[in-house]
Amino acid sequence: MKNSKRMSYAGILSGLLLTLSVLLMACGDNTATTAPAAATTAAGVTVTSTTVAGQAATTAASTAATGDKFKVAFVYVGPIGDGGWTYAHEQARLKLVAALPNVEATYLENVAEDPSTSEAVFTELAQKGNKVIFGTSFGYMDPMVNVAKKFPDVKFEHATGYKTADNLAVYQVRQYQPRYLAGIVAGKMTKTNIIGYVAAFPIPEVVGGIDAFTIGVRSVNPNAKVKVVWTNTWYDPGLEKTAAQSLLNAGADILAQHQDTPSTLQAAQEAGKYAFGNDSIMESYGPKAHLASPYWDWSPYYIDRVKAAMNGTWKTGSYFGGFKEGVVDLSPLNSVVPDDVKKMVDEKKAALKAGTLDVYAGPIKDNTGAVKVAQGATLTDDQITAIDYLVEGVDGSIPK
Amino acid sequence: MSLRQRAVKELEIQKTLVALPPRQIYPSTAALAVATPVLSVLVALVIAAIILFLSGKDAFFILTEIVHTSFIQNFSETVVKAIPLTLAALGVSLAFRARLWNIGAEGQFYGGVLVATALALGFPGLPAPVIIPLMVAGGLLGGAIWGLLPGLLRAWLDVNEIISSLMLNYVALLLTDYFIFGPWRDPKGFNFPVTATFSDAARLPVLVTNTRIHLGLVFAIIAAALVWLLVSRTKWGFELKVMGDNLKAARYAGINITRNIVIAFLLSGALAGLAGMSEVTGIAGRLQQNLSPGYGYTAIIIAWLARLNPWAIILVAVLFGGLVSSGFTMQRVGVSSGLVTLLQGIVLFCVLGGESLYRRLLYQAALRRSNQGSNQGPDQLKDKES
Repeated sequence: MKNSKRMSYAGILSGLLLTLSVLLMACGDNTATTAPAAATTAAGVTVTSTTVAGQAATTAASTAATGDKFKVAFVYVGPIGDGGWTYAHEQARLKLVAALPNVEATYLENVAEDPSTSEAVFTELAQKGNKVIFGTSFGYMDPMVNVAKKFPDVKFEHATGYKTADNLAVYQVRQYQPRYLAGIVAGKMTKTNIIGYVAAFPIPEVVGGIDAFTIGVRSVNPNAKVKVVWTNTWYDPGLEKTAAQSLLNAGADILAQHQDTPSTLQAAQEAGKYAFGNDSIMESYGPKAHLASPYWDWSPYYIDRVKAAMNGTWKTGSYFGGFKEGVVDLSPLNSVVPDDVKKMVDEKKAALKAGTLDVYAGPIKDNTGAVKVAQGATLTDDQITAIDYLVEGVDGSIPK
Repeated sequence: MSLRQRAVKELEIQKTLVALPPRQIYPSTAALAVATPVLSVLVALVIAAIILFLSGKDAFFILTEIVHTSFIQNFSETVVKAIPLTLAALGVSLAFRARLWNIGAEGQFYGGVLVATALALGFPGLPAPVIIPLMVAGGLLGGAIWGLLPGLLRAWLDVNEIISSLMLNYVALLLTDYFIFGPWRDPKGFNFPVTATFSDAARLPVLVTNTRIHLGLVFAIIAAALVWLLVSRTKWGFELKVMGDNLKAARYAGINITRNIVIAFLLSGALAGLAGMSEVTGIAGRLQQNLSPGYGYTAIIIAWLARLNPWAIILVAVLFGGLVSSGFTMQRVGVSSGLVTLLQGIVLFCVLGGESLYRRLLYQAALRRSNQGSNQGPDQLKDKES
């Protein structure tokens, strides 16, 4: 008995020592990231930006001398190293900092969407002197509305939401435009005529994306089908990969995705198939499999809005930018894509930029055969942002 | 040692422990009971400060900023977080007392959320004095139903409650998703997965102006008082404790174990359901995804750290509320999210480590005392064998 007691003390003690040494190692890592060299995150992603963030953070922490700077904050739902949605916003934040040297832009990552946590976070940011606060996830909507009411002098910007106020604007990009172009590539490249689509939640942004992608597929290959799997999560790399594999097992040879991470692409790379990225250019996660990524560049909007807030010309609004505004794009195509397809994509891209091509131009039928958009008609922006049906050619349904 | 010998020895030890008055097993040696958590937190803070210092941060500035933000300037937000944590932790503490491992507070939370939401959406015209008591009852009921399932399975079929209650969490989450994406979706919500906002009458009133502290705080305090009465002043509470200490002894003593398991799960679930009800009606005002950032799981840790003491649960819940929000304060002043998680882990590690150390000290003290009292203590048993 006595011995075993001593043993367990030793156990606790060695456990403590072990933890301490791990911690010290972790600190070593952390100091490494602040050094002026490209650092590698746990996910294996090379993030050159960490240095900038680290420096900005140190200055913020060490002194109050940054008082003259115009303070802006970003609230992210995921980690900046997600390689997709949050990564894209973080890249835009860094461009903002580079473009406007008088701006101090901090960020908080992994901020949960529950109203209790997120409202406290937005409140704290507003209290601490931030003049513009960007929230980049739909779930922050009500909390942002509440906090905006309490801080009328602070400008709030909510991505993907629909509630506005005098000091609360919403912004979103026309993700469907590059997704349509991706669909054209998929339609041309598929051999099995089954294309898989790993989708997050059946919300309009995702549903409309599947539709635009499928319209692109069917415009060049009317026999192809798009099979949809819902993961009911934005950020769950393991589950996304499993979903992608299930689509590959069902005969899909090309995968598209609407998730925050590159897991779908990684699954395709492992299986020797092709896939698209999402939100950011995800090529490095699966260079062989990567056909292209529909991606968003939020920086023009961020720079404009912060400038406006500094000049006092900021006004609320609902921003919905696309190719014309230069906030969405399809990344350069994989070299395996034939030149005629590349040319076709370039032409369509030019037409989208010029505004002569409308992805949702009628006739559009849903996948039960009902006509949703008549010949000669099209969808208004309000209809696009509330779309709730899957078009003809989609093999799947919206869970209700 | 043969199996039989081991069983005999085990029985001897149990006998010794049961023979001791409960106070001696869990002595309220106040000094030790208070000193352990306080020291643990201090150790954690020192380690955290060293780490912050080593990673080039101003540890003193960061720690004062945390204390200032989470416990002074925005203390109300810490309280807001502590409300559901307290209620859910009180719930699980009841089951834990009888060593029933109810890991399903998260699901029971959503059980309460669902019934409360159904009432709020179903009767938008009712005045507050009618709808709020109705929703309180509904929240209790919803949680109780979700707690009843693993309780009945355990009581009747001896199904492992850890697994069944845990699995039901996922069922509850999916059920919630079903309602948000389906029948309850706000028709004016642009097809986003949210319900319509509740009527003002169906929102729990705010208790302190200019904060979000709502009536749920009163529920939490009343619940703590009731749980305290129940476990320390009633026969049923004593029965639970006996069941927890020794199930066989409880059975021999004629305690109705089946009934008590069911009741423990019912009450446990009801309290988590009340937590869900107060969160959805007091804070959110509509049902949306991710309503709970894992309250039901944090509640388990809180209940243990509070040693299942209802009053201590309130304190620990407030500490945890602060710990959660301090993470974002640290990020704001430049500590990376990864380091924040690490620091929170250290606090937990130290507090749990201190706790197991405390338990071990108590156990030793109890053994020593039993050895002095009789010559049949476990150590003597050991000596005889060898």
